[in-house]
Amino acid sequence: MGSYVPGTKEEQQEMLQAIGLDSFDQLFEKIPKEVRVEKLDLPAGLPELSAAEKMEEIAGKNRVFRHIFRGAGAYNHYIPAIVRSVVTKENFVTAYTPYQAEISQGILQSIFEYQTLICRLTGMDVSNASVYDGATAAAEAAAMCCDRKRSVICIASTSHPSVISTVRTYAFGSGAEVILAPQKDGRTDAEKLKEILNGQTACLYVQQPNYYGQLEDCEALAGLAHEAGAKFIMGCNPIALGILKTPAECGADIAVGDGQPLGMPLAWGGPYLGFMAAKENLMRKLPGRIVGETKDDKGNRAFVLTLQAREQHIRREKASSNICSNQALCALTAAVYLSAMGDGGLKEAASQCYAKAHYLQKELAAAGLRPKYSGDFFHEFVTEGEVHSSVVLKWLEEKGILGGLPLSSRDILWCVTEKNTKEEMDDVVSAVKEVIRICS
Amino acid sequence: MNFPEELKYTDSHEWVKMLDEQTALIGLTEYAQSELGDLVFVNLPEVDTELSAGEAMADVESVKAVSDVYSPVTGRVEEVNEELLDHPEFINETPYDSWLVKAADIADTVTLLSAEEYAELVEKEQQ
Amino acid sequence: MQLITEKGREGRGLSLLPPCDVERVRPDEADCRKLPLGMPAVSETEISRHYSALARRTHGVNDGFYPLGSCTMKYNPKVDEEAAALPGFTKVHPLQPVETVQGCMEVLYLAEKYLCEITGMAAMTFQPAAGAHGEFTGLLLIKAWHHSRGDEKRTKIIVPDSAHGTNPASAAMAGFTVVNVPSAPDGSVDLNALRKAVGEDTAGLMLTNPNTVGMFDENILEITKIVHEAGGLNYYDGANLNAVMGIARPGDMGFDVVHLNLHKTFATPHGGGGPGSGPVGCKEILTPFLPGARVMRKENGSYGWTGGEQTIGSVKAFYGNFLVVVRALTYILTLGREGIPEASRNAVLNANYLREKIKDAYPMAYDGLCMHEFVVSLEEWKDKYGVTALDAAKALLDHGIHPPTMYFPLIVHEALMFEPTETESRETLDEAADALLEIARLAQTDPEALHASPRTTPIGRPDEVGAARHPVLRG
Repeated sequence: MGSYVPGTKEEQQEMLQAIGLDSFDQLFEKIPKEVRVEKLDLPAGLPELSAAEKMEEIAGKNRVFRHIFRGAGAYNHYIPAIVRSVVTKENFVTAYTPYQAEISQGILQSIFEYQTLICRLTGMDVSNASVYDGATAAAEAAAMCCDRKRSVICIASTSHPSVISTVRTYAFGSGAEVILAPQKDGRTDAEKLKEILNGQTACLYVQQPNYYGQLEDCEALAGLAHEAGAKFIMGCNPIALGILKTPAECGADIAVGDGQPLGMPLAWGGPYLGFMAAKENLMRKLPGRIVGETKDDKGNRAFVLTLQAREQHIRREKASSNICSNQALCALTAAVYLSAMGDGGLKEAASQCYAKAHYLQKELAAAGLRPKYSGDFFHEFVTEGEVHSSVVLKWLEEKGILGGLPLSSRDILWCVTEKNTKEEMDDVVSAVKEVIRICS
Repeated sequence: MNFPEELKYTDSHEWVKMLDEQTALIGLTEYAQSELGDLVFVNLPEVDTELSAGEAMADVESVKAVSDVYSPVTGRVEEVNEELLDHPEFINETPYDSWLVKAADIADTVTLLSAEEYAELVEKEQQ
Repeated sequence: MQLITEKGREGRGLSLLPPCDVERVRPDEADCRKLPLGMPAVSETEISRHYSALARRTHGVNDGFYPLGSCTMKYNPKVDEEAAALPGFTKVHPLQPVETVQGCMEVLYLAEKYLCEITGMAAMTFQPAAGAHGEFTGLLLIKAWHHSRGDEKRTKIIVPDSAHGTNPASAAMAGFTVVNVPSAPDGSVDLNALRKAVGEDTAGLMLTNPNTVGMFDENILEITKIVHEAGGLNYYDGANLNAVMGIARPGDMGFDVVHLNLHKTFATPHGGGGPGSGPVGCKEILTPFLPGARVMRKENGSYGWTGGEQTIGSVKAFYGNFLVVVRALTYILTLGREGIPEASRNAVLNANYLREKIKDAYPMAYDGLCMHEFVVSLEEWKDKYGVTALDAAKALLDHGIHPPTMYFPLIVHEALMFEPTETESRETLDEAADALLEIARLAQTDPEALHASPRTTPIGRPDEVGAARHPVLRG
């Protein structure tokens, strides 16, 4: 048993005496007897070695796939070694929110650098210090756009289901209405969308590339939103931004997304990173912490949390959001990742994702899994086939491959990143050929 | 502290300058700005917003606090002082030149104090 | 110090990826970005040194005493970090087949079981990523419950004026109107004010206990009863659970829903602001509304998913900040049934010990024994010596101590809130007391010295007014 309490029993007794008490019980006299715990029904505490082994044993019950072709919101990219080395530094790991600027310049500057890099990546004017993940970033962005006159959130039905669900849950809180923009051939149906945008629409959210990996015509969709007087929110994959048109170039008012591809491990879904960046005119509506540059009393460059009067600890029930803790260490991770990759590395990762995904799609089509949608895509695509998805995927699993995500009995959503080699993809294709032959 | 004779005041520390019977400029008193400290931002209402006497109509931010500004009148926002959006410090520097809102169609007001009455109120608060 | 974007030069970089081994096809030019990327062009050495320099300019729990009230900055055990770094956890995709993630599911299952035992709740979700996120989630459970009973008129949440800012902010986000009730002079809930505040429109009450002034509210059973009798539910903000874990359970106090801050009470690190984890536990009546899916254990011992049709939906993608839960579970396994209350007992002891040592020099905001934290009010110092809570806090920086929470709770003027936690030794507390007494002496004899502090930190006091008036938010 350990509780990380340094004091010995004797010391504890002496300290009790120093405050004029004989026993620990006297410290808790105000707690009514009826609510005192007799004994917790928990296992006895473990020494460190046993706890470590227990956790290793539990981790051992998971299967780690060496070959991953599944994305759908969590992407298996290469993480440069320097990333982990930086983000495990104890000062960064164990610090609290940098409320005391004088001894938190490191964290503050790292967040300022993160904000800088997110602005450059997205082309937007201002970024906050992060929110929980891409789904909550979308929900927060939608909330930024709602007011008394406009309270309908329109979200592309081609968005990630978790994003749609999270936006809906937040709207259950705020009372906003959520409507889905119809789709056609795996992309947002602009013609039908026109009919549902109007003077009540607060915003249109579109994910790029969308849940099926397809590239949306964001520029045109932004135009439709703006014609209706609504804001355009673009949900972005940050790796894709290495080569694809930025939200700024598409005319987005707010850019959001999940920063997991920027150096965060898959980790069964978290912690990830919600990034949010906006045009200048929405700066004061951005939720959460923001770091600004200033000077100290001697004229030195300094960084501080700023625009705090927007936030819950000051504005309370009138705050733009309740967010307090964010994902600072993940923001640091993203900044180190982007620094390590540089322009060249990021473009190369993005273009390899694109090229390899197109290779696999072509090869799978030849093997009998046809592309479901006709538009161009980034690094994810949906196939349809005659053999049940679960049979195909089980077959791959037995060969140590985590195949795409089954969307239905026929449809599979595949993902390819720069980590996947031609050899691996050829293995997938021959396994698919095999299973189709056996089943037909 | 300076409380100009020609202005009226509220117990929530706004000043009112009646331009005619139905129009007035509204700002924050010198005492209010000194209590609030260095202001960093002002949230002003939109033009044509309805004002109700005694209700919040704007807010002012310092680094660590936000405070509501209450409308002394029932009426309509005719104009806001947009200069303050870029220069909130003007409220600190010249509170009586730095009106926030120009109200029109005034139908009612809260109980307004004279400069003398307001000075007494401030003295009491300071104790 | 230069920004990373101001370092390096064109052409520098790391060699990370092998060449593309398939035909290089490219997207249509119209779909491509024209804006330059502008990422840093730096070598690995430069990155390593840059962040080492930033780390040196960051004060973590590892660097020294961190008595930040209400934040429970206890030591973050390293074995928890090792567990969270196991490839069996980090390399698992969130959408893998159930039979390949039995270990992850066991983590959630055990964490739920143990934390429900500690809080007296029936079920728990780990989807919320932080305390405020948990509050929002818990309030939506309350809303969904009232709605499920056809009772949509309950639109008000009662929050004491001493509450954390997140409480009213979360209530507003969940669509409730906030009713603030004043605290009694001793910091507890004013029962008469509460009785007046409740009614047919009361959806619930949000409370921390011990409260934000560090006192356990003796009337807790009466408080929760008043709300229940009015038809509302009681929400427990777990921010201060470190005072009473293993000693008293929110469930037994009459609370229906609780959020925990694993990054406070359960020793997971704060990461400079996050990621945290804010699991929400609830009594059986609220279980059907929990977000996401929950892990259940089948008869054959394997784990599967279960979820109600009445769920409020997702509050986040996937299952929450999973690796944070791994750390917290490791912590709970290490402490066990004896270590959990042992931690709380010593957290309360340490707070009272420090309080005792400085109480003659620092005016206490409330009399009597405190729980895991205490609040002083330096209003008198401000009037007598012109020394503020901010000055005292900044002076502590020169002693290598992270200052206590300043200017909170709002009901105490010139407040400083100390929470030493159980992982600090008596020597550390003694040294901190000496530093505090020295500052108290200077307040009387040389207030200028305090105004001029800090002197030994990487920067002096920053111009926050300038930062807010003319925001520069990127380099």
